Amino acid sequence: MADQPVHSHADDLACIEVVELVTDYLEGALPAAEARRLEHHLDTCPGCTEYLQQLRTIAGSLRGLTENSFPAEMRDGLIADFRSLRNR
Amino acid sequence: MRRAIAQEDDPGLVAALCRGDADAFATLVDRHSSAMIRVAMAYVPTRAIAEEVVQETWIAVMRGIDGFEGRSSLKTWIFRILTNVAMRSGARERRSAPFSALAEAEDTGGPSVDPDRFLPADHELFPGHWAIMPARWPTPEEGLLAGETRGVIAAAIAELPLAQRTVIALRDVEGWSSEEVREALEISAGNQRILLHRARSRVRNAIEDYYGAVEEIDYDAVTAELMGDTAKKETDSD
Repeated sequence: MADQPVHSHADDLACIEVVELVTDYLEGALPAAEARRLEHHLDTCPGCTEYLQQLRTIAGSLRGLTENSFPAEMRDGLIADFRSLRNR
Repeated sequence: MRRAIAQEDDPGLVAALCRGDADAFATLVDRHSSAMIRVAMAYVPTRAIAEEVVQETWIAVMRGIDGFEGRSSLKTWIFRILTNVAMRSGARERRSAPFSALAEAEDTGGPSVDPDRFLPADHELFPGHWAIMPARWPTPEEGLLAGETRGVIAAAIAELPLAQRTVIALRDVEGWSSEEVREALEISAGNQRILLHRARSRVRNAIEDYYGAVEEIDYDAVTAELMGDTAKKETDSD
Protein backbone atom coordinates (compact mmCIF):
# COMPACT_ATOMS: atom_id res chain seq x y z
CA MET A 1 0.00 0.00 0.00
CA ALA A 2 1.44 3.29 -1.06
CA ASP A 3 0.06 5.28 1.83
CA GLN A 4 1.19 2.90 4.58
CA PRO A 5 3.00 4.92 7.24
CA VAL A 6 6.74 4.25 7.25
CA HIS A 7 7.37 3.68 10.96
CA SER A 8 4.20 4.03 12.92
CA HIS A 9 4.00 0.85 15.00
CA ALA A 10 4.42 1.43 18.70
CA ASP A 11 6.37 -1.83 19.07
CA ASP A 12 8.53 -1.22 16.02
CA LEU A 13 12.26 -1.36 16.60
CA ALA A 14 14.27 1.81 16.16
CA CYS A 15 17.24 1.70 13.79
CA ILE A 16 19.60 2.39 16.70
CA GLU A 17 18.36 -0.90 18.24
CA VAL A 18 18.44 -2.83 14.98
CA VAL A 19 22.15 -2.22 14.41
CA GLU A 20 22.89 -4.02 17.69
CA LEU A 21 20.79 -7.06 16.73
CA VAL A 22 22.04 -7.81 13.23
CA THR A 23 24.80 -10.24 14.22
CA ASP A 24 22.45 -12.23 16.45
CA TYR A 25 20.02 -12.22 13.53
CA LEU A 26 22.62 -13.40 11.00
CA GLU A 27 23.77 -16.07 13.48
CA GLY A 28 20.21 -17.34 13.83
CA ALA A 29 20.32 -16.57 17.54
CA LEU A 30 17.35 -14.24 17.80
CA PRO A 31 14.15 -15.68 19.28
CA ALA A 32 11.55 -16.13 16.53
CA ALA A 33 9.34 -13.25 17.68
CA GLU A 34 12.30 -10.89 17.83
CA ALA A 35 13.49 -11.99 14.39
CA ARG A 36 10.02 -11.25 12.99
CA ARG A 37 10.07 -7.79 14.57
CA LEU A 38 13.43 -7.14 12.96
CA GLU A 39 12.26 -8.39 9.57
CA HIS A 40 9.16 -6.25 9.87
CA HIS A 41 11.42 -3.25 10.45
CA LEU A 42 13.62 -4.15 7.49
CA ASP A 43 10.55 -4.27 5.23
CA THR A 44 10.20 -0.51 5.50
CA CYS A 45 13.71 0.67 6.34
CA PRO A 46 16.24 1.01 3.51
CA GLY A 47 18.94 2.23 5.93
CA CYS A 48 18.83 -0.88 8.09
CA THR A 49 18.47 -3.11 5.03
CA GLU A 50 21.71 -1.62 3.71
CA TYR A 51 23.35 -1.98 7.11
CA LEU A 52 22.43 -5.67 7.28
CA GLN A 53 23.74 -6.14 3.75
CA GLN A 54 27.04 -4.51 4.71
CA LEU A 55 27.54 -6.86 7.67
CA ARG A 56 26.62 -9.80 5.46
CA THR A 57 29.21 -8.66 2.95
CA ILE A 58 31.85 -8.40 5.66
CA ALA A 59 30.95 -11.83 7.01
CA GLY A 60 31.12 -13.36 3.57
CA SER A 61 34.13 -11.80 1.94
CA LEU A 62 37.07 -11.83 4.32
CA ARG A 63 38.15 -15.41 3.60
CA GLY A 64 41.92 -15.56 3.29
CA LEU A 65 42.19 -11.76 3.62
CA THR A 66 45.25 -11.81 5.80
CA GLU A 67 48.04 -14.30 5.42
CA ASN A 68 49.25 -15.89 8.56
CA SER A 69 51.62 -18.44 7.26
CA PHE A 70 53.63 -20.70 9.45
CA PRO A 71 57.35 -20.37 8.64
CA ALA A 72 58.30 -22.88 5.94
CA GLU A 73 61.43 -24.05 7.73
CA MET A 74 59.42 -24.84 10.89
CA ARG A 75 56.85 -26.70 8.80
CA ASP A 76 59.46 -28.75 6.96
CA GLY A 77 61.30 -29.44 10.21
CA LEU A 78 58.09 -30.77 11.76
CA ILE A 79 57.41 -33.06 8.83
CA ALA A 80 60.96 -34.41 9.07
CA ASP A 81 60.43 -34.92 12.82
CA PHE A 82 57.20 -36.78 12.07
CA ARG A 83 58.98 -39.07 9.61
CA SER A 84 61.74 -39.98 12.01
CA LEU A 85 59.40 -40.38 14.99
CA ARG A 86 56.73 -42.50 13.27
CA ASN A 87 59.01 -44.62 11.10
CA ARG A 88 61.32 -45.89 13.76
CA MET B 1 28.54 -43.56 4.40
CA ARG B 2 31.80 -41.77 3.88
CA ARG B 3 31.62 -38.05 4.34
CA ALA B 4 32.43 -36.09 1.25
CA ILE B 5 34.34 -33.34 3.02
CA ALA B 6 37.91 -34.42 3.58
CA GLN B 7 38.24 -32.06 6.55
CA GLU B 8 35.59 -34.02 8.41
CA ASP B 9 37.09 -37.36 7.59
CA ASP B 10 38.85 -37.68 10.93
CA PRO B 11 39.00 -41.48 11.13
CA GLY B 12 40.78 -41.76 7.77
CA LEU B 13 43.20 -39.00 8.63
CA VAL B 14 43.90 -40.35 12.11
CA ALA B 15 44.54 -43.82 10.70
CA ALA B 16 46.96 -42.35 8.16
CA LEU B 17 48.81 -40.45 10.89
CA CYS B 18 49.07 -43.58 13.03
CA ARG B 19 50.50 -45.43 10.00
CA GLY B 20 53.19 -42.77 9.81
CA ASP B 21 51.89 -41.13 6.62
CA ALA B 22 53.94 -37.91 6.44
CA ASP B 23 51.76 -36.47 3.65
CA ALA B 24 48.73 -36.73 5.91
CA PHE B 25 50.66 -34.94 8.63
CA ALA B 26 51.75 -32.21 6.19
CA THR B 27 48.12 -31.74 5.10
CA LEU B 28 47.09 -31.29 8.71
CA VAL B 29 49.90 -28.81 9.44
CA ASP B 30 49.03 -26.75 6.35
CA ARG B 31 45.34 -26.81 7.17
CA HIS B 32 45.52 -25.60 10.76
CA SER B 33 48.77 -23.74 11.44
CA SER B 34 47.52 -20.32 10.35
CA ALA B 35 44.53 -20.44 12.71
CA MET B 36 46.75 -21.92 15.43
CA ILE B 37 49.05 -18.89 15.27
CA ARG B 38 46.01 -16.62 15.58
CA VAL B 39 44.77 -18.45 18.67
CA ALA B 40 48.25 -18.68 20.23
CA MET B 41 48.68 -14.91 19.79
CA ALA B 42 45.81 -14.44 22.24
CA TYR B 43 47.94 -16.02 24.97
CA VAL B 44 51.53 -15.02 24.29
CA PRO B 45 53.10 -11.63 23.69
CA THR B 46 54.91 -12.09 20.38
CA ARG B 47 54.47 -13.70 17.02
CA ALA B 48 57.77 -15.60 17.44
CA ILE B 49 56.58 -17.18 20.69
CA ALA B 50 53.23 -18.01 19.06
CA GLU B 51 55.09 -19.86 16.31
CA GLU B 52 57.01 -21.82 18.93
CA VAL B 53 53.74 -22.69 20.63
CA VAL B 54 52.39 -24.02 17.34
CA GLN B 55 55.57 -26.02 16.78
CA GLU B 56 55.39 -27.51 20.27
CA THR B 57 51.73 -28.37 19.71
CA TRP B 58 52.50 -30.28 16.50
CA ILE B 59 55.19 -32.24 18.30
CA ALA B 60 52.63 -33.14 20.98
CA VAL B 61 50.16 -34.14 18.26
CA MET B 62 52.61 -36.48 16.49
CA ARG B 63 53.54 -38.07 19.82
CA GLY B 64 49.99 -38.31 21.11
CA ILE B 65 47.97 -39.28 18.03
CA ASP B 66 47.84 -42.95 19.06
CA GLY B 67 45.97 -41.88 22.18
CA PHE B 68 43.37 -39.83 20.26
CA GLU B 69 40.05 -41.55 20.91
CA GLY B 70 37.81 -39.53 18.63
CA ARG B 71 35.59 -38.28 21.44
CA SER B 72 35.92 -34.78 19.99
CA SER B 73 36.87 -33.82 16.45
CA LEU B 74 40.57 -34.01 15.62
CA LYS B 75 40.57 -30.24 15.15
CA THR B 76 39.09 -29.64 18.62
CA TRP B 77 41.64 -32.01 20.11
CA ILE B 78 44.54 -30.22 18.42
CA PHE B 79 43.33 -26.79 19.52
CA ARG B 80 42.86 -28.03 23.08
CA ILE B 81 46.51 -29.07 23.11
CA LEU B 82 47.43 -25.72 21.60
CA THR B 83 45.56 -23.82 24.31
CA ASN B 84 47.33 -25.79 27.04
CA VAL B 85 50.75 -25.22 25.49
CA ALA B 86 49.96 -21.52 24.95
CA MET B 87 48.74 -21.07 28.52
CA ARG B 88 51.93 -22.66 29.88
CA SER B 89 54.03 -20.53 27.61
CA GLY B 90 52.03 -17.44 28.52
CA ALA B 91 52.62 -18.18 32.20
CA ARG B 92 56.38 -18.18 31.57
CA GLU B 93 55.91 -14.79 29.93
CA ARG B 94 53.78 -13.69 32.87
CA ARG B 95 50.77 -13.36 30.67
CA SER B 96 48.45 -16.21 31.31
CA ALA B 97 44.70 -15.99 31.38
CA PRO B 98 41.95 -17.99 29.75
CA PHE B 99 40.55 -16.43 26.61
CA SER B 100 37.26 -15.71 28.36
CA ALA B 101 39.09 -13.41 30.82
CA LEU B 102 40.76 -11.59 27.96
CA ALA B 103 37.38 -11.18 26.29
CA GLU B 104 35.80 -9.85 29.46
CA ALA B 105 38.52 -7.26 29.89
CA GLU B 106 37.78 -5.82 26.46
CA ASP B 107 35.29 -3.06 26.08
CA THR B 108 32.36 -4.45 24.14
CA GLY B 109 29.67 -2.27 25.66
CA GLY B 110 29.73 0.80 23.44
CA PRO B 111 27.42 1.44 20.51
CA SER B 112 28.18 -0.22 17.16
CA VAL B 113 27.38 2.94 15.24
CA ASP B 114 28.02 6.53 16.29
CA PRO B 115 24.80 7.65 18.08
CA ASP B 116 25.00 10.96 16.19
CA ARG B 117 24.00 9.04 13.09
CA PHE B 118 20.50 8.60 14.57
CA LEU B 119 17.70 11.00 15.40
CA PRO B 120 17.29 11.69 19.14
CA ALA B 121 15.14 9.42 21.32
CA ASP B 122 12.66 12.25 21.84
CA HIS B 123 12.17 12.89 18.14
CA GLU B 124 8.48 13.35 17.49
CA LEU B 125 8.08 10.94 14.57
CA PHE B 126 11.25 8.91 14.10
CA PRO B 127 13.00 8.44 17.44
CA GLY B 128 16.22 6.48 17.09
CA HIS B 129 15.95 6.18 13.31
CA TRP B 130 18.75 6.94 10.87
CA ALA B 131 19.56 10.61 10.50
CA ILE B 132 22.41 9.76 8.15
CA MET B 133 21.93 6.44 6.41
CA PRO B 134 24.61 3.98 5.45
CA ALA B 135 25.35 4.31 1.75
CA ARG B 136 25.53 1.42 -0.67
CA TRP B 137 29.03 -0.02 -1.04
CA PRO B 138 30.45 -1.52 -4.17
CA THR B 139 29.82 -5.26 -4.15
CA PRO B 140 32.78 -7.65 -3.93
CA GLU B 141 32.35 -8.07 -7.71
CA GLU B 142 32.56 -4.30 -8.15
CA GLY B 143 35.80 -4.23 -6.24
CA LEU B 144 34.88 -3.97 -2.56
CA LEU B 145 37.87 -6.09 -1.66
CA ALA B 146 40.15 -4.84 -4.37
CA GLY B 147 43.57 -3.34 -3.66
CA GLU B 148 43.32 -0.42 -1.31
CA THR B 149 40.08 -1.46 0.41
CA ARG B 150 41.67 -4.79 1.25
CA GLY B 151 44.40 -2.90 3.05
CA VAL B 152 41.83 -0.78 4.90
CA ILE B 153 40.01 -3.89 6.10
CA ALA B 154 43.22 -5.68 7.08
CA ALA B 155 44.34 -2.61 9.04
CA ALA B 156 40.97 -2.37 10.78
CA ILE B 157 41.23 -6.01 11.84
CA ALA B 158 44.82 -5.53 13.03
CA GLU B 159 43.71 -2.62 15.22
CA LEU B 160 40.94 -4.57 16.94
CA PRO B 161 41.39 -5.56 20.57
CA LEU B 162 42.88 -9.04 20.79
CA ALA B 163 39.78 -11.12 21.65
CA GLN B 164 37.67 -9.46 18.95
CA ARG B 165 40.48 -9.81 16.43
CA THR B 166 40.87 -13.50 17.21
CA VAL B 167 37.16 -14.21 16.83
CA ILE B 168 36.70 -12.35 13.53
CA ALA B 169 39.90 -13.90 12.16
CA LEU B 170 38.71 -17.42 12.97
CA ARG B 171 35.12 -16.90 11.83
CA ASP B 172 35.48 -14.69 8.77
CA VAL B 173 39.09 -15.02 7.62
CA GLU B 174 39.61 -18.72 8.43
CA GLY B 175 35.96 -19.62 7.85
CA TRP B 176 35.29 -21.50 11.08
CA SER B 177 31.78 -22.15 12.40
CA SER B 178 30.60 -20.44 15.58
CA GLU B 179 30.64 -23.83 17.31
CA GLU B 180 34.29 -24.42 16.41
CA VAL B 181 35.27 -20.97 17.68
CA ARG B 182 33.38 -21.52 20.90
CA GLU B 183 35.08 -24.84 21.52
CA ALA B 184 38.59 -23.73 20.64
CA LEU B 185 38.43 -20.56 22.72
CA GLU B 186 36.24 -22.00 25.47
CA ILE B 187 33.75 -19.15 25.44
CA SER B 188 29.97 -19.10 25.56
CA ALA B 189 27.83 -18.76 22.44
CA GLY B 190 26.69 -15.34 23.66
CA ASN B 191 30.26 -14.13 24.20
CA GLN B 192 31.30 -15.36 20.80
CA ARG B 193 28.50 -13.36 19.20
CA ILE B 194 29.25 -10.21 21.19
CA LEU B 195 32.92 -10.30 20.17
CA LEU B 196 32.03 -11.05 16.55
CA HIS B 197 29.43 -8.29 16.44
CA ARG B 198 31.81 -5.77 17.91
CA ALA B 199 34.58 -6.78 15.52
CA ARG B 200 32.42 -6.75 12.38
CA SER B 201 30.88 -3.42 13.39
CA ARG B 202 34.31 -1.83 13.72
CA VAL B 203 35.41 -3.22 10.38
CA ARG B 204 32.20 -1.84 8.86
CA ASN B 205 32.89 1.59 10.34
CA ALA B 206 36.41 1.54 8.91
CA ILE B 207 35.14 0.67 5.43
CA GLU B 208 32.51 3.39 5.71
CA ASP B 209 35.13 5.93 6.78
CA TYR B 210 37.16 4.92 3.77
CA TYR B 211 34.35 5.34 1.29
CA GLY B 212 33.26 8.43 3.16
CA ALA B 213 29.87 8.02 1.62
CA VAL B 214 26.76 8.51 3.66
CA GLU B 215 23.35 9.61 2.57
CA GLU B 216 21.54 12.31 4.46
CA ILE B 217 17.85 11.63 4.77
CA ASP B 218 15.54 14.55 4.22
CA TYR B 219 13.19 13.76 7.11
CA ASP B 220 11.28 17.00 6.62
CA ALA B 221 10.29 15.82 3.18
CA VAL B 222 9.36 12.36 4.50
CA THR B 223 7.33 13.94 7.29
CA ALA B 224 5.61 16.34 4.90
CA GLU B 225 4.74 13.42 2.68
CA LEU B 226 3.34 11.42 5.58
CA MET B 227 1.38 14.40 6.83
CA GLY B 228 0.14 14.95 3.32
CA ASP B 229 -1.00 11.32 3.17
CA THR B 230 -2.78 11.66 6.50
CA ALA B 231 -4.39 14.93 5.50
CA LYS B 232 -5.42 13.37 2.20
CA LYS B 233 -6.95 10.37 3.98
CA GLU B 234 -8.87 12.67 6.31
CA THR B 235 -10.13 14.66 3.34
CA ASP B 236 -11.05 11.44 1.54
CA SER B 237 -13.03 10.12 4.49
CA ASP B 238 -14.92 13.39 4.95
